[in-house]
Amino acid sequence: MALTDSRPRTRREARRELGPYGRVQQAVNELDERIGIARGGRNLLDKIFPDHWSFMLGEIALYSFIVLVATGIFLTLYYVPSQAVVVYHGVYKPLDGMHMSQAYESTVNLSFAVRAGLLMRQMHHWAADVFIGSIVVHMARIFFTGAFRKPRELNWTIGILLLILAILNGFIGYSLPDDLISGTGIRIAYSILLSIPFVGSYLAFFLFGGAYPGHIIIERFYIIHVLIIPLVIIGLIGAHLTLLVRQKHTQFPGRGRTEHNVVGSPLFPQFAAKTTGFMLMVTGVLGFLGGYAQINPIWQFGPYEPTKISYAVQPDWYMGFLDGALRIMPSWQWTAWGHTIPWEVFLPAVVFPGLVFNICLAWPMIERRFTDDYAMHNLLDRPRDRPKRTAAGAAMIALLFTVFGASATDVLANYFHVSLNDVLWFFRVAVIVVPIIAGLITWKICIELQHVPGAVKRKRAMVVSRTPEGEYVAAPAPEHPGDEHPELEPEPVPVRIELEPETVGASATTAPTGEPGVRRALR
Amino acid sequence: MSEPEEPQASGTAGVMDPADGPSGSEGGDGYGGSVEALPVASLDDPHLQEATRYPRRVEAIVGLSFLLGIAGICAFGGAYVEGAGTQAYAATLFVGLFFLGFGLTAWGKYLMPRGPFVEERHSLASSKSEQQAMAAALVERTGIVVRRRKFLGGLLVSGLGLFGIVAAFPLLRSLGPRPQGTLFKTNWKKGSLLVDLNGTPVHRTDMQVGGILTVFPKGKETTLTAQAVDQTVLIRVQSTTLVTMKARADWAPDGYVAYSKVCTHLGCPVGLYEQQLELLVCPCHQSMFNVRDGAFPIFGPAPRPLPQLPIYFDSTGFLRARSGYDQPVGPGFWERSTIGNGKASNT
Repeated sequence: MALTDSRPRTRREARRELGPYGRVQQAVNELDERIGIARGGRNLLDKIFPDHWSFMLGEIALYSFIVLVATGIFLTLYYVPSQAVVVYHGVYKPLDGMHMSQAYESTVNLSFAVRAGLLMRQMHHWAADVFIGSIVVHMARIFFTGAFRKPRELNWTIGILLLILAILNGFIGYSLPDDLISGTGIRIAYSILLSIPFVGSYLAFFLFGGAYPGHIIIERFYIIHVLIIPLVIIGLIGAHLTLLVRQKHTQFPGRGRTEHNVVGSPLFPQFAAKTTGFMLMVTGVLGFLGGYAQINPIWQFGPYEPTKISYAVQPDWYMGFLDGALRIMPSWQWTAWGHTIPWEVFLPAVVFPGLVFNICLAWPMIERRFTDDYAMHNLLDRPRDRPKRTAAGAAMIALLFTVFGASATDVLANYFHVSLNDVLWFFRVAVIVVPIIAGLITWKICIELQHVPGAVKRKRAMVVSRTPEGEYVAAPAPEHPGDEHPELEPEPVPVRIELEPETVGASATTAPTGEPGVRRALR
Repeated sequence: MSEPEEPQASGTAGVMDPADGPSGSEGGDGYGGSVEALPVASLDDPHLQEATRYPRRVEAIVGLSFLLGIAGICAFGGAYVEGAGTQAYAATLFVGLFFLGFGLTAWGKYLMPRGPFVEERHSLASSKSEQQAMAAALVERTGIVVRRRKFLGGLLVSGLGLFGIVAAFPLLRSLGPRPQGTLFKTNWKKGSLLVDLNGTPVHRTDMQVGGILTVFPKGKETTLTAQAVDQTVLIRVQSTTLVTMKARADWAPDGYVAYSKVCTHLGCPVGLYEQQLELLVCPCHQSMFNVRDGAFPIFGPAPRPLPQLPIYFDSTGFLRARSGYDQPVGPGFWERSTIGNGKASNT
């Protein structure tokens, strides 16, 4: 460090001292002398990312979020968050002369009158759907491989908070165009708030600034959607990634992989190249979806009017489980002592999602209660080796999928020409039976798979050939190039950190005693 | 990318320079883990070879991919300038970004040193004594303060706590009015003239049997907030089949019957009318209300019948409300009392 070196130097001298790396060296030095980036930065460049496809799911979520922010900024330039009523005289003739809110008018205008506006809007919507979808799949990967175990419980918690916020913001964003369908969705949200015992009507009135629909909800949703929740999401993503770097990745077991190392590709340049390329591909695909897969054509729905409604409409996919739960709930309500508890709404729309997310949040604790496992885990589980956890996860997914399916009762009844009553009762039974069956079957499959000999190994094909005598002989096929698993054989990182000899007293006390370079953290 | 099809003598073109400078340094890294004496990387170190055995082929694919990407980006720019339309933007943007990304990923995966590389994992935990020192500092320093100045600490904490409460309540309070009676009221009152969205009143002769119309109290048909609670369906059913409660015997003159259009489940407009069975259906969650029988729910999650609006013909033959609704309209809420749960009886 140059702190003590105050001798003035000429520029030429300084350049000569830079060594072989010229301007890059200079930039590094300038920054390092001020904020100290060289050592940590070098370590970061060496961070190892395991080469497994399932580690890519979280990246999809991250890159969808980046697309969301970019397209969202574009949309804010044209969208007007106002419920003031205007008469439409824009380029889309079928709506000409209709009364609508400014929010709806500006959304139609940015779709038709702004260059690439429709592409941006549809990309934004698709990115939101993909964002939440990839979070869910990523979460399933984390769950089934046990990556949430100590020391990563905190990151699991942050991930679930991100999912909840993403769903919430997805719903709010979906409501902003103030079209007929999303307006009805807002009314349903208002009624769900009303259903909460004791405080429901107060919550609803405070959020809506009075009785539904009021004149302020779109403005409030707007600032929540573009500022408040995104800020929290960005903060949590930062924490999520910081923890990931600090705790390093988990990895699947394999030759040379232990609890005390990470095997894979370094951040720079291999992983950086692959992930940057992947980001571009994700963005490209979202752009394709935005241009070719129509989503939420609000001009066909018309502006929101409280007395109108459309038929066979579903919310965005991530709200489906709530909608389905509301549909199959029996019409129970309690009225006593002059008060009502609308269980038919409160239970499926507030208690049910609350339970689901709380079970997810508490899962590391729940599992620890049964396994009494307090050890550090950096190697992942194969799902088959943890049949009970895998069964529990499968049951939860089956439950949510069944409830999701129930959000289409009317469409299913129409499509299959069966009675709506039968469909309803099918789902009421299925929502209890399907998770149990799914859990049991999963558990059984896991147990069976554990006993398949050589299940871990890739199977070699057998070649059956006929000898000149007419005899059939089976022999293993010659080794195919894809059969070898070079990634299982780790080799040391060919890099070294050059350090000036330094005397920081405290660091000497933490030198490891056991195996070189590894300190066991087992309790 | 395709995997190499057959083994071949490995090529070493384009291997990465390790750029490692003078090697063989020893000593601690300052973080507590000693750097092991790792083998020095050299150009023909096996893990510095490219991941592919066919670098030329991959180079060609990457190059082609980049060219396609560049073409796509150029085309996107052109399409944008020309205003060529959503599909053109999307196609060119897709080709541009996807193929740039595809090429870069292939480059990273096949043309860079394959590894695998290993990174040691060091425990994040401090030593036992450091952990203890942290806890000791927290407990003992707090102890010093609290033991000597317990009263002052209490004052400070209660002051800050009060600030939290005082700040939160006016904030919450200012977000909106209290509900008070709002959820119990609609704009319907005695003598309200029934009008449609355009303000036209409904005459005795206006509707045929089986007809349906959404009506509002006159003067309130224009504002959304009023529409949201006042909306009422007026249906003309055949009087002979109409079943109603005793107390409601004169609420539906000449087969005209009026129910709140706000679903008692979640407040969607009950917008579908099944004319043959005379059912009102809510398209949101498929609650069905029997129009012949006090709009009682016969299917779905709605827990209560739609409130009925008592109506009569005035001297000029126009429909008016006898009074407002006898109960709150719409979904349930905590303050709602039990009114409206009685079963209709045949009369």
